[in-house]
Amino acid sequence: MSEFFAMGGYAAFVWSSYGLAVIVLWLNWYLPRRTHQQVLSQLKRRHSKQSNLDRN
Amino acid sequence: MFLWFYKFGSPPHFYRIASKWIPRLTVLFLVLVVTGLYGGLVLAPPDYQQGDSYRIIFIHVPAAWMSLFIYVAMAFCGIVVIVWRMKLAEVVLICSAPIGASFTFLALATGSIWGKPMWGTWWVWDARLTSELILLFLYLGVIGLHNAIEDKRVAARAVAILAIVGVVNVPIIHYSVEWWNSLHQGATIMKFDRPSIHWSMLIPLLLMALAFQVYYVLTLFQSCRGELLKRERNSKWVTELNGGDDV
Repeated sequence: MSEFFAMGGYAAFVWSSYGLAVIVLWLNWYLPRRTHQQVLSQLKRRHSKQSNLDRN
Repeated sequence: MFLWFYKFGSPPHFYRIASKWIPRLTVLFLVLVVTGLYGGLVLAPPDYQQGDSYRIIFIHVPAAWMSLFIYVAMAFCGIVVIVWRMKLAEVVLICSAPIGASFTFLALATGSIWGKPMWGTWWVWDARLTSELILLFLYLGVIGLHNAIEDKRVAARAVAILAIVGVVNVPIIHYSVEWWNSLHQGATIMKFDRPSIHWSMLIPLLLMALAFQVYYVLTLFQSCRGELLKRERNSKWVTELNGGDDV
């Protein structure tokens, strides 16, 4: 197992590449998701305001 | 065919399809990544020249392919934007840019990390590396130009032109290792001959490439959903989307 993580002496290079990939892929997954949810809740707020106005 | 194109291009229809496919694509992506990494990091033997350092290839090469693929996809969307003024193509074009920029950055960064132990340097100003760096600037240019123009319909047309013009860089990147002397190795897979890489390394590489492809579609759907809602917030289908609860 430790041999696997040592990567034949190239551990620093190999694992930093994979770590970087994880960070970049995660950001690209997370940020659009957050934007989408923000827009959705904004729209919901606006909509409920609108329907309250309609009722009065 | 045109009817299908028209239907798929309508924002509410696309929104529904994207919402349906995001979970499925996520599962597919995870399966591909796990099998690809198992094949690449555990099953594949060390390289006879580079030892274990070559395992960076399973990130580096798929990322570099995606950096080119996404740019071509953007240029294609650019043509659709200019010719048909299709709204969905505008959204796909602009939502692709950050993903493409990320893959380009990843290809450059992992290439640099791989270059240090193998070539003895983090960076050289040779044709392959420089043209890939220009690609990164093209992506950033697309994002910056889009942000700079207030009217998003006008911005989309400007960005479309930049995407179409910039596509000349793509063949330059691909053939740079043949046209100029380079530290970068030549193609081992994308050539007319048989691939000069052993199948035990090729299969995980192709799995990772497929995984990144799925990932692109997945994140593209995700960011298109937000962008579509923002742009279409006053249209009927978006109000209906929210209005279900109190009607």
